[in-house]
Amino acid sequence: MAEHEPLIIAFVCNWCTYTAADLAGTSRLSYPKNIRLIRVMCTGMVDPQYIIKAFLEGADMVIVSGCHPGDCHYINGNYKARRRIKLLKEILPKFGIEKQRLKLTWIGASDGIEFAKTMQELVIQAKTIGPNPARTGAGL
Amino acid sequence: MANTSFLNVDNDNVLLSIQKFLKSILDLNDIEAILAPLHKKDGKNIMPVFIADPTLLNDVDPLAPAFAMNAAKLVSKLTHKPMGKKIAVVLRSCEIRALIELVKLKQAYLEDIVIIGFDCLGTYTNKNLAFLMASDTTDLTQRFCENALAGKEPPIEGGPNLSPACRACEYPVPENADILIGLLGLDIKKQVLLQALTEKGNALFENLSYTESEEPPGRKKVISEVISKKIEFRDKMFETTHKATNTLEKLSDYFASCINCYNCRVACPVCYCRECVFNTDVFDHDPYQYMQWAKRKGAVKLPADTNFYHITRLAHISLNCVGCGQCSNACPNDIPVMELFKYVANNTQAAFEYEAGKDMDQPPPLSVFKEEEYLDVVGIN
Repeated sequence: MAEHEPLIIAFVCNWCTYTAADLAGTSRLSYPKNIRLIRVMCTGMVDPQYIIKAFLEGADMVIVSGCHPGDCHYINGNYKARRRIKLLKEILPKFGIEKQRLKLTWIGASDGIEFAKTMQELVIQAKTIGPNPARTGAGL
Repeated sequence: MANTSFLNVDNDNVLLSIQKFLKSILDLNDIEAILAPLHKKDGKNIMPVFIADPTLLNDVDPLAPAFAMNAAKLVSKLTHKPMGKKIAVVLRSCEIRALIELVKLKQAYLEDIVIIGFDCLGTYTNKNLAFLMASDTTDLTQRFCENALAGKEPPIEGGPNLSPACRACEYPVPENADILIGLLGLDIKKQVLLQALTEKGNALFENLSYTESEEPPGRKKVISEVISKKIEFRDKMFETTHKATNTLEKLSDYFASCINCYNCRVACPVCYCRECVFNTDVFDHDPYQYMQWAKRKGAVKLPADTNFYHITRLAHISLNCVGCGQCSNACPNDIPVMELFKYVANNTQAAFEYEAGKDMDQPPPLSVFKEEEYLDVVGIN
């Protein structure tokens, strides 16, 4: 049987992590194709329901990534995101969605290398955790 | 220091003395109406009513084991803009706690209201109450209060048990009332306790001629015994709920009979959005979407998005949840909604060291942040 190819949803902020992803691309750095980037203006606008939806649709991992503390383009959106991630890390494991499937990182606009490395590491971790049962189950 | 006194009870009828007390409040010049549960003579319902005519206070019945809805939402309707008049509201402990949350969310204001709370002896679900009230309701409140205070379960012999939310409630004595009517640790055939807990309560108290007295010495012990019994029930309930919902598959079974009516959302006193995302066209899925789900998962429950709805509501309001149980009460298919929400709320509130409805000065966790906090949730390891 072929190895499970994890699906990772990444909510990345326009000003830092998306720019870092862009930089990774223009620098011809490669990172796995398992990542689906969703560009948002700020991590502070990632409503918990986006993350819940991603997991219920079968995402093996969700990462929210934005500017380092103090660097938020909107001053404090990343601090708000951190509290929401904290909240979801309490709620989701109650229903068998492991804490390790949800990540929050700060990757600045100039961190193209960091971005590529993080994505490579996430895919390794997602393979270790295994597939999210919601992808094909829990339909009824 | 609390201003403490007693209300004397005549003719073994605690309700009469409370009605008399409420009349004395309405007689005061500055209080022009009272929100309180009203039991119309021969009526089969006990509902919150906003009363300006003192004679109608003869039918007020706050101690009845009835809890048709969480009246915090009604106080929000009465206070979200200045009314220009002062009013009193008679609320249960969980209603006051929900009101505190609404005030923090700027959906209700306390400036023009006096909160009268009372030791809550619990309530029945609407269905069970209707069952009880279909038969003889004479002295129902008095019988209920006496038996409940004596620790009888169920409180009305041969009747149903109290609702699970009430049996698992850790807050029988309201903490944020201006005036508290105490029943626990008292002989309610003789007297009930009357305490002013705030400045506002004290000011009102001064206009009423009660003699200063002491809290009965045994009261604190009775209260702590009642609470530990409820916590024992609560913890067992958490254990059962955890086992029934700890995978998504089990959660689907738990909510299998959910018809997405969203009654739990309407009944919830702290579900604060003006427009709920689940009412928007985000959820008018393309018909082909259902086919894709069905093919991928083998089948898809319809109406869809049930788990999504409930988990999203948990993310939105579990930090504000006061465990009043109106979600379960409102469910047409008797899904134990409160059991799950209270269980998750207990965990999320502990994670943020927050207790919903407890402290007016503690901001809701998602409304604030600090620069250095929760560093453990950041990073990929």
